[in-house]
Order: sequence, then structure tokens, then C-alpha cells
Amino acid sequence: MKVGLFVTCLVDLSRPGIGFAALKLLEGAGCEVVVPEAQTCCGQPGYNSGGREIAKALARKVLAEFRDCDYVVAPSGSCSGQMKVATVHDLFQGEPDLPEFEKLAAKWYELSQFLVEVLKVERVPGKFAGTVTYHDSCSGLRELGVKMQPRYLLQMAGASIAEMDGAERCCGFGGTFSIKLGEISTRMCENKCESIRATRAGAIVGGDLGCLLNIEGRLRRTGDKDTKVLHFAQVIAGEE
Amino acid sequence: MQIQSMFFKKRASEKLDDAILQGNMKRAKGKFVDGRAKAVAEFGVWEEVRTHAAKVRDRALANLDAYLVEFERNAVRRGAVVHWAEDAEEACAIIAGIAAKNGVRKVTKSKSMVSEEVNLNERLEAAGVQVVETDLGEYILQLAHEPPSHIVAPAVHKSKEQVAELFVRAHGKPRLTEIPAMTREAREALRDHFLTADMGISGSNFVIAETGTTLTVTNEGNADMVTTLPRIHVVITGIEKVIGTLEDFATLIRLLPRSAIGQSITNYLTLTTGVKMPGDTDGPEQMHIVLVDAGRTKLVGSDLQEMLRCIRCGACMNHCPVYQNVGGHAYGWVYPGPMGSILTPVYVGLENAGDLPNAATFCGECAVACPVKIPLPDLMRKLREQQFDRKLRPWSERMVIAAWGFTATRPALYALLSRIGARVARWMGGSEGLIHWLPGIDGWTKGRDMPAPSGRTFREMYRQKRSGASHGR
Repeated sequence: MKVGLFVTCLVDLSRPGIGFAALKLLEGAGCEVVVPEAQTCCGQPGYNSGGREIAKALARKVLAEFRDCDYVVAPSGSCSGQMKVATVHDLFQGEPDLPEFEKLAAKWYELSQFLVEVLKVERVPGKFAGTVTYHDSCSGLRELGVKMQPRYLLQMAGASIAEMDGAERCCGFGGTFSIKLGEISTRMCENKCESIRATRAGAIVGGDLGCLLNIEGRLRRTGDKDTKVLHFAQVIAGEE
Repeated sequence: MQIQSMFFKKRASEKLDDAILQGNMKRAKGKFVDGRAKAVAEFGVWEEVRTHAAKVRDRALANLDAYLVEFERNAVRRGAVVHWAEDAEEACAIIAGIAAKNGVRKVTKSKSMVSEEVNLNERLEAAGVQVVETDLGEYILQLAHEPPSHIVAPAVHKSKEQVAELFVRAHGKPRLTEIPAMTREAREALRDHFLTADMGISGSNFVIAETGTTLTVTNEGNADMVTTLPRIHVVITGIEKVIGTLEDFATLIRLLPRSAIGQSITNYLTLTTGVKMPGDTDGPEQMHIVLVDAGRTKLVGSDLQEMLRCIRCGACMNHCPVYQNVGGHAYGWVYPGPMGSILTPVYVGLENAGDLPNAATFCGECAVACPVKIPLPDLMRKLREQQFDRKLRPWSERMVIAAWGFTATRPALYALLSRIGARVARWMGGSEGLIHWLPGIDGWTKGRDMPAPSGRTFREMYRQKRSGASHGR
């Protein structure tokens, strides 16, 4: 089974460890993983900034790079939503390449969904003795239905989960929103951090790096140097 | 209402610092969100009815012209006069004209957001007519000289204590502390007005084509008083409120109060069909229905048409994390929250409300909550596309997107720049790995650190790992 790993631009630039954790998990489960080296970004920043043509150009680029894979997996609900939902429901509606994007969307998975629903993994390499709290990132949750899968995997690694109040509430990241409307974004993030602090968990875990950088940035700014901020792939791969 | 939406950022910033407002908003959020969730869970067939309701609204919009004419015919048959107003000015002129012609000195009003859109109160007051808002929330705001901050609960931004203060000043009675007593005092103050008004003005949640009926949902019963006691009844509403049948209404009313405040059924449904007929015990001598366009036809047939399905329940704003933090006044016009972020730019011009379509993280909570399945984030994105195409966003922002698009489609250039970027940012992060301030993204770094990259990109590390592995073989 040939699985394409879509690393995501944020992981590539900022936290390559998440990409290697995903790679380890997939290879460990017996997948033949390919990582097209020309990959950059899914196009969502352009899409949500009104740059529709830029988003389409990048979606076509992704399609060309991953067309031959049996599956494509990304450690992000947000980028996966872009490729599974935005392309077929909006960007390429009524266009000749729609069927190609429909095929890509059908074989595209967010990492936790792939591990749980397709590979049906029953063990993970990571061991994590401690309490974590999980933030449900919006796109994964509401566009793709990512909810129990990462929790299931974290528990498989031995983590116990202390649910925060409003786990499904947006952290305020929203891509360029976090810069354009920084003050509101910061307040939303502070609300999220309040919920995180109240759980007293040693780590806040999520599935989208954008949200995690946002949360980490606020926690550190408000003096919290201890709470770990982790992608679930790092925890379950034992790479945190 | 005077448009202030161009100052959204500044207004939002003030609201974030307003401790009283923040407390009031937090209280309201619990009531709205938890109440709705409970009502939806108890309902059992939410998704089915929601799907049907979206179809009912789409059918009405597809037949808008025919339904409106059918409505007019049936309303006229029952003795009403139907007026068509293309814009705010025309709507005000029609109603001020009716008031002048009939020597109206006092008007009682039940809640109408369309009347806020067209500035009706100001216009009538300028003509020497006394206008009394009778919805409790609107009454409070009239005393405070403030516009509504929410389309269902207009005074949601006010605390009990703030209202008590307003009542002391307006009613000249001792300060009250309990809500039931305050409500009683307002009722007593309003009773005289109900009995002495010459004209009643109501909004309308729906108008029914097959019967010529206008329909108003309230919890206070004030619409009953406004529509039946004065000798003249004027309805002001938007043309998109028309639906085909009472059967259609039966579908929508199952969703409206549940979505709005978690009520399975509203306290009052006021259906008004024509004037007082021989044998009727009450009702107005004249009934005028003013159907307002004011931008709505611009949406018909556009890629934003789904917005016209809106039944004004307020669920989108109640669930919006941006609205919850800044409140309705920050949005600077009649309609706040996600629905307002679409309607305001359309009705008053995208150039006057440029931040509103951008005031969303696209978290999607509004679309999930919407009882008629309006894809609100998608519609906001359409407006962002218009801004992008019409070059309405700041030059710097457009440049960043264009430069990023240029680079991301050129893998070699992208690889080079991302390797440099990762290293520079790593250096900037210092030993803590945190960037405390970065020009260009100070919107982020004012309130948050930027966690610095690890220093090398995944792709270069991956390439190295692979070549290492193949050398080793």
C-alpha cells in the first residue's frame, strides 16, 4: 500500500518532528510511504484570503504530486479539509478536473482517521504516562469528524485525558485572522488557555500545528513555561 | 442606523476592554448556547426538519416574485394596503406620509430590525411623532439612546443593574433589584402608551402568500397590543420574509424559538390578516404593509443568495466566538455576528464594512447552528474573494498573499526561502525558542509569543535522511 505523506507547510517549516512522527507511525504500521519533495502547501491561506486562483493552482500542484498514491495522509485536519472538502464542494465545482479531485478527496485522510479507520492500529510505539487535555481543531472536527480517533490513540499510548471545558471551541487561530484581527484572536486564545489551565494537565495535545503554535504562544507569553504543547503524532510515536 | 462598521477593529478593541460588557456577554452565552443545545436534543428530528426548512426557504426565494404578488393580492382582499419601498428613504417616506395624513401623534412599536435598518424612529420623531418601543429590550435601549446589539435579545449587552439605573431615571421611582419587579414597572409605563397610541408599527417574522397574513413572534405579547389597539397598523418588513403557506410556517416555527433561545414554543404568535371587518371585536381601521427591498434584490440570483434564507433567530451570533467576545455593537450596524458580516457589506457596501467578512476564523460553529443551513463561512469567503478581486484589502496584505502564492508554486524557490526563513526565525527565537516581537505580525506578537521553528525544514532533513540511508546500503 503506497501512502503519500502530505507534510503540510507549517510542519515543514516549523516542527519537522511532527512529520517524522507521522512517517514513523505509517511505516511502523507497514505502509510504503512516499514523500513528494516538491510539495509545499495545500493553498488554504490563499483560499481563505479570497485568492481563489492561487488556491486552485496549489490544489492542482498537490493533485499532480499525489495522484499515484493509494492513500494520502496529512497530520492536519485543516489541510485535509481543504483537500477533501473545499476542492470538491467549491473550488473545482463544474470544472473538468473535478473527477480527479473527487478521487483524491476519497483517498485523502487526516492522520488519526487513517490510523484508526483504515489501518485499524491496535498498538502505537509511544508510551506516555501522564495526563493530557485535547483541543479539537475546528476543521478536523466540523468538516471531517475528527473527535474520538486522536483520543483513542492517545489512550493507546497510555495517556489519560482530562477534558477541558469547551474543547470544541475555536482557539482563535484562523490562519491570517490571528494577525489581521490579532486582539480578538488573542482573547479567544486566552479563553482557550483558561480552560487548559483549569484541567491541570501536563500537556495540551492537538492535531493541527496552527492551533498549537497559537496556544503555545499564549501560554508562554502568560508565563507558563511548563505545560507541553504537542501534536498527537509526537505523543503516540514516542517522539515528544 | 448610522453605519460604523468601518471602525470594527477599534470598536472591538474597546469592547474587549469593557469589563461590564464582558461579564454580561459571558452570562448570555451560557443561556443561549446551552439552552439551544438542550432544545435541539429534546426535539429528536432536528436534522430532518432543518433540511426541510432550508427547502421551504429556497422554494420561497425561487418564487419570490410570484409569492410577493400573491401575498399582495390576498392582503388587499382583506382590506390592507401594500406599499413597495425600494430603499430606506422610500420606506420612511411612506410611513411618515401615512402618519401625517392621519394626524398621528403617538406610535407604539413592536420590535423590527428592518425599522432599524431604515432609521424609521428618527424620521418619525423629526416629524413630531412620539415613538414608543414596547419590546422590553428595545424599550430599555430607547431609554439608553442605544441601538440594539442583538437581533433577538436587543439589550443582551446590559446587566440588570444597568437597567435598574435607567428605570430610576426614566420612571422616577425607587430603584428595583429584582427582574420581575422591573418588568412590572415597565409594563405599567407601557400600558398608557398602548391605550393612547394612534398608530402601531410592527415588524414581521414571516408574511404568508396564500392568506395575506403577516406574522410576528414575541415572548411578551406586545405585538398583540401594537397590532390591534391603535386605529392604524403598519407592518414594515423585508421582501425576503415571504413564504408560501401556513404549512411552511409550521415547519419554520418549530426551528425559530428553539434556535433563538432554546424554547420549544414561543409565548405569543401574532397573526394579522387585514383590517377590522364587520363583526370583528377588535383590529385596526387601516392596515398598511411596507415591503422593503433596500439591497435584498441584489442578493437574489447572486452567489450569496442563500443568505436570504435567514429567519433571524440569532443562533449564528450566539455561537460565534468572535461575537461572544466583542458583542453586537462592535459590528457597527444593525446586524451583528456572522449573518451581519454578510448582510452589512451587501446592504451598506463592502468598502464600508471591509473587516466584517474577515472577522471570522471559519470555525464553522455558525453553519452548524443555522436552522436553515446557510453556509455562513462560505458566504463570508465569497465576500473576501470580492475584496481580493476589487483590491479592497490593504496593499500589504494583498502583496503577502501574492508573494506567498508565487513562491509556493515554485518548489525550488520555496525550498530555498523556507530553509533561510526557518534558520533566521530559529536565531530570532534565541535560547527560549520564542519570538517576542516581529514586525509585520505584531497582531500576533502583541498578545502572544511566536514559537520559533526548530531550525531546519522537514524536507531538507528528510532528503538528508534518505541519502544517508542509501549511502549506508
